[in-house]
Amino acid sequence: MSLYALVGALETGLAFALVALGSFITFRVLDFPDLTVEGSFPLGAAVVAKLMVSGVDPWTATFAAMGAGCLAGFATAFLNIKLRIMHILASILTAIALYSINLRIMGQPNIGLINVPTVYTFWERLGIPSLYVPVVVLAIVVVVCKVMVDLFLGTGIGLAMRAAGANPRMAQANGVRVNLMIVVGLGIANALTALSGALFAQMLGAADVSMGIGVIVVALAAVIGGTALMPSRLIPLLTLACVLGSIVYRLAIALALSSNSIGLTASDVNVVTAVLVAIALYLPGRRFSLARRSGRAVK
Amino acid sequence: MIGIENVEITFNKGTALENRALRGINLSIPRGQFLTVIGSNGAGKSTLLNILAGELKPDAGRVVVDDTDVTSWPVHRRAAKISRMFQDPRAGICEHMSIIENVAIAAARTAPLGFRFAITADIRRLAKERLALLGLGLEKRFDDQVSLLSGGQRQALSLVMATLGHTKVLLLDEHTAALDPAAAELVMKLTGEVVRKLGITTVMVTHSMRQALELGNRIIMLHQGHITVDISGAERASMTVADLLMLFQRKEGTELADDQLLLD
Repeated sequence: MSLYALVGALETGLAFALVALGSFITFRVLDFPDLTVEGSFPLGAAVVAKLMVSGVDPWTATFAAMGAGCLAGFATAFLNIKLRIMHILASILTAIALYSINLRIMGQPNIGLINVPTVYTFWERLGIPSLYVPVVVLAIVVVVCKVMVDLFLGTGIGLAMRAAGANPRMAQANGVRVNLMIVVGLGIANALTALSGALFAQMLGAADVSMGIGVIVVALAAVIGGTALMPSRLIPLLTLACVLGSIVYRLAIALALSSNSIGLTASDVNVVTAVLVAIALYLPGRRFSLARRSGRAVK
Repeated sequence: MIGIENVEITFNKGTALENRALRGINLSIPRGQFLTVIGSNGAGKSTLLNILAGELKPDAGRVVVDDTDVTSWPVHRRAAKISRMFQDPRAGICEHMSIIENVAIAAARTAPLGFRFAITADIRRLAKERLALLGLGLEKRFDDQVSLLSGGQRQALSLVMATLGHTKVLLLDEHTAALDPAAAELVMKLTGEVVRKLGITTVMVTHSMRQALELGNRIIMLHQGHITVDISGAERASMTVADLLMLFQRKEGTELADDQLLLD
């Protein structure tokens, strides 16, 4: 593997680690399979790109993208809670709607960011070699987000959210507003996803309306793969597993693509990912369920 | 004090399965009273408890706690005043969370924490003190997952969780029915001790006449959505299981005969 491929895998892995952290909250903590990320990832990219080419400061634009992602999460929560649409279907509806919304936001299928200052530009001026800038910036952002998720899940609200996912009836009987926890959890998860999309677009130098395809499978590969490789019951270790899972996944893909002997091309990545996730889900004796409801507990 | 006034509820209204589970029930449970509820299957015992807890909304009537009308309050809001234990030992706890995390969730029932950290030195002290009362050694296993505990241990933990904070009313829904006899005996004994110690107003649904007599100071019997027996004081104190069983059969029998007459 070339140095470029290695750094590329690292930076992509770090960017998607944010989606993995979000999906950890929805899938593992809330037990809510949230596919909204397929729309909120490109939403983050679309919002940041549109604002940046309009002259908005890149950090401000990135925060705005997070806000937009949060709203996307709220939309799914609304469909699920108020309209009583099944969780996974509610998230698919939001994701589909976001495809059109993203086109509206950008006004075209993609926006280039080549000559626009990004969140990475500042760091280049500090003298960090430009090849490593995204890795450094993303690593800092990922660490900050991971620690914040850890701290949040240790608070009263965080614990209530975990109870809401693990045993909603018990949570309610203990005063937890389960629906509110779904709203908050989906908001946080999709804000993280949109942040990922925003940082990814700035790294790529473009936002594209189709960049969300397969994001959920990549996030699941990180969450399921990471927690399968590093089973734990402690939240800080589980979130660490998600981050490492995302990076390891990208490195594995890069390795597979760089070795000509296997004969894989970039277009095969999705099927490889799907197979890996299927295997990780199938493997017996997996002990990575945090929020698995009692009825479906794996003995 | 907790009470219900003229509560009615019908399931599957307007269908062939229509079931008038509660037919205009009035019940007032004064502060500190330990009420046991008996009745055959389908008599409305669990429905009554679910109406008190807020899981079911009555078609008519009111639910009142300490002079506050809570009829429209959802479960999570009532939780500040009312706590409950379930029949299923898995229902009242989070299996894949630790003992101390479960205690912290329950401790926040009457005092929400918001963004403050949940597992504090105070919580550990409180958990240690209350779990030690059980005599099961759970106070030394804070970080163990609850999935490692037996059914009896889980219900004992649930009991401690349900009695934390400023709980006004404790609801027990056949909370020993899913346990083996020894564990059921232990949990019943602990229930009696904890309720006596804390003086919480308690409503316990049970299938067992013996339990209904051993614990508490008032018994009501439900039959076909009505309260058919309500005994306390000296009358209850002098009763044996045989007396209660006879009363039970007589009440059910006459009711059945009445229905028979109506059908004819």
